[in-house]
Amino acid sequence: MAPLLNINGLCKSFGGVIATDDVNLDVQKGEIHAIIGPNGAGKTTLIAQLSGALRPDAGTVTLNGSDITHKPAYARAKLGITRSFQITSLVMGMTVIDNVALAVQANDGHSFKFIKPARKIHRIRDKAMKSLEKVGLNTRANDLVSALSHGEHRQMEIAVALASEAELMLLDEPMAGLGAAESAKLVDFLTGLKGQRTILLIEHDMDAVFALADRISVLVYGRIIATGLPSEIRANKAVRHAYLGEE
Amino acid sequence: MDYTLLFVQVLNGLQLGLLLFLVASGLTLVFGILDFVNLAHGSIYMIGAFICASLTFVLGNFLWAVLVALPLTGIVGYALERIVARNLYDKDHLDHVLGTFGLVLVLDTSAHILWGPAGITVPLPLWLDGQVELFTGAVIPVFRLLIIGTGLTVATGLFWLVNYTRLGMLIRAGASNRTMVSALGIDIQTLFALVFALGAMLSGLAGMLIAPITGANIGMGGQIIITAFVVIIIGGIGSMKGAFIAAIIIGLIDTLGRSFLDTLFTLIMNENAAETAAPAVSAMMIYILMAVILAVKPQGLFPPKVR
Amino acid sequence: MNNLTKVGWVTVMGMIALAILPPYFLLTGQAFYMDLATRLVILGIAAVSLNLILGFGGMVSFGHAAFIGLGAYAVGIPSYHATWGGFDLIASYNGLLHLVLALGVSALFALITGAISLRTKGVYFIMITMAFGQMAFFLFQSLDVYNGDDGLTIDVRSELPFINLDSPMQLYGLSYISLVIAMLLVKTIVNSRFGMVLQGAKGNNERMVTLGYNTYLYRLAAYVISGVMCGYAGFLLGNFTTFISPDMMHWTRSGELMFMVILGGAATAFGPVLGSSVFILVEEILSSFTIFWHLPFGLMLIGVVLFIRGGLMGLFKGKGK
Ligand SMILES: Nc1ncnc2c1ncn2[C@@H]1O[C@H](COP(=O)(O)OP(=O)(O)OP(=O)(O)O)[C@@H](O)[C@H]1O
Ligand SMILES: [Mg+2]
Repeated sequence: MAPLLNINGLCKSFGGVIATDDVNLDVQKGEIHAIIGPNGAGKTTLIAQLSGALRPDAGTVTLNGSDITHKPAYARAKLGITRSFQITSLVMGMTVIDNVALAVQANDGHSFKFIKPARKIHRIRDKAMKSLEKVGLNTRANDLVSALSHGEHRQMEIAVALASEAELMLLDEPMAGLGAAESAKLVDFLTGLKGQRTILLIEHDMDAVFALADRISVLVYGRIIATGLPSEIRANKAVRHAYLGEE
Repeated sequence: MDYTLLFVQVLNGLQLGLLLFLVASGLTLVFGILDFVNLAHGSIYMIGAFICASLTFVLGNFLWAVLVALPLTGIVGYALERIVARNLYDKDHLDHVLGTFGLVLVLDTSAHILWGPAGITVPLPLWLDGQVELFTGAVIPVFRLLIIGTGLTVATGLFWLVNYTRLGMLIRAGASNRTMVSALGIDIQTLFALVFALGAMLSGLAGMLIAPITGANIGMGGQIIITAFVVIIIGGIGSMKGAFIAAIIIGLIDTLGRSFLDTLFTLIMNENAAETAAPAVSAMMIYILMAVILAVKPQGLFPPKVR
Repeated sequence: MNNLTKVGWVTVMGMIALAILPPYFLLTGQAFYMDLATRLVILGIAAVSLNLILGFGGMVSFGHAAFIGLGAYAVGIPSYHATWGGFDLIASYNGLLHLVLALGVSALFALITGAISLRTKGVYFIMITMAFGQMAFFLFQSLDVYNGDDGLTIDVRSELPFINLDSPMQLYGLSYISLVIAMLLVKTIVNSRFGMVLQGAKGNNERMVTLGYNTYLYRLAAYVISGVMCGYAGFLLGNFTTFISPDMMHWTRSGELMFMVILGGAATAFGPVLGSSVFILVEEILSSFTIFWHLPFGLMLIGVVLFIRGGLMGLFKGKGK
């Protein structure tokens, strides 16, 4: 089966730092593919190149068989890629529901529509509300994003990613800064998404990774040193040495 | 084509470019280190000119006046930093623009009150007032050569400052990053005030140098500041090298455009049309240049490092 | 919950005052105040239009006075040629032609300068819009046909159907209604899907792009809308002052326009109008005391920037909740 996402020979460096070093990776449709690796391994940089926020120095990114390497970020979103941010990135001055509604609206044709009040378009508002319900934020729908807690911001990142209905979700450390209970809830939630969405999951929380992932790739110093089933990765000597051994 | 005229105009363009560089370097310095947009930079240029003009009459000699006016302008800059600018650093660029716009009104009106509405002409000492003939037909005022010489000297000094000193290291690092600066054990408050004063002196010097040619007058600051902005946009805001190159380019294009564009235009259109079009186009030329450069390089020729 | 917030009350009362007071002054023989109010309302339209991109879109345009100037010259130039001959294509007193010209030229200028300026961000955007504004200033300064620096007197105002712009009352009426429409227009746009994208891009552009919005295009559209509205204000201003000069486009005019928006309160419906009102009144009062009124005015400007967060409307909001 052709992979949903194919990454081929991707390279990116910042000055002297090689953040992505000849990365090759396939993500199959419907799988949760986790990427683990120590701090500074280049995980976020990889995601940024997939979402279009950063231009790679070399290599190609292919989605559903078509080359998207040179497509700008907004065009990739239209093709079905969404990302969540490691460091919460929301429109702070807007309400929770407005934020999520913007994600829904992005898939509702162009937005050069000047007359009808956006908040009165039930088609969009309802979908946004559903996403909020799924992550349990519906009661805070009308609060300003800036008034929410860190944990709630993390949930919103997920709600926004859900609402965009993208086929491929790139999640950058969704559990970062969450308590054990909150993390467990999120793991349950992502488990529920299995099969519906394809997820490239970056996560430091190993319990979460091994609970969720269908396959795992290990990124160290910008290079993928191993890819395989969770059991294979657990058993892999090089991985244990380079990464898991540290814990 | 009259090559002698061309030569003379190139020197004039160089002179304008160097003056622009003096103003723009201060602007880009203050922005590069303090992340501060200062509209009042042009007013300091004007104040430098006025102080120097008054001192020329008090001291009886233009050169002495410049020497005394320089530190005075520095002190004005220092005071402005302490009283106004410092309180704006934490705010956004829009607030910088509005606050220093207020400062422009205050400074320009103060100059109006202190020195009157008419402006002051500044006499030169005899030996500077003459002209030299560089070669047959190319007659250049001595003073213009002095401006060019001073401009080049100051530019050299600034390059040394930026490339070989600790202050310069901070500038090149794009040191609007305050934590980094303080991590280096530098008293930021003092550093900022000194940078501001240095910028003021550079701008003031430009005003003093132009004063014997155009006189010191109220409107001069508002005019130069825009061109200086164009210079640092084209050069890349925060880049000293960019400011220098852009200033010279703009000085040359503006001067040559104003003197030769109508001749050029007569090649492609009739004389009447050329006479109307040339001033209009030459008035817009530096902006068109800016637009073209930014369309290709939105951050200018020498974009600052990541900030 | 109150049907009308405190801010809402201020808006309604302010707009009622603007509807009633100036005609009252005119009818009681105090034409001077009517003049003042007309200028204030016209600049209010310009401020409202700037607020769309500055307040709601986060685009700090420092060159908006250029649009006022273009709108005004769109009245002056055809009218000049209709009187003195030449340029047959546009020589006319026809107000509809003036209007079409004002809006069209503003749109074109906004499209071109916006397309370039919006490729930049932050300080670059502030400075480049300022530079483009100055470009327009220098262009008209260099046009000797229209007296360059000295400006152009408009001998005959735009001739419009149903409205006689020579009548101060009718001119004010048109300006006032235009202001109301401009405010409603901005409010509608801001609340529309387009407006949500605009505000989202102001708050977090990266997020919006990641969601799939080509924010550049949305911003450009907003910039053009704002420029056209401002050009319309220029059309009215030209007809009001009957004297136009490059000075209308000078960067300090753009600065004043920005100040009106910030003074009144950016991203509020009535803020720009309140700002332009206070601005014009303070200017009028100060300048009646001293020719050096720019000095206290500049100090006031600095004070506002340092101490009044959210502008004057912010004062009402603070206590409302
Ligand atoms: N914009 C940038 N400019 C310069 N260097 C960068 C930039 N972004 C990332 N880097 C460097 O690239 C390397 C990879 O960074 P990246 O953020 O991708 O790591 P990461 O695996 O996501 O780390 P973490 O687990 O801490 O999130 C690091 O050395 C980082 O310092
Ligand atoms: Mg990361």
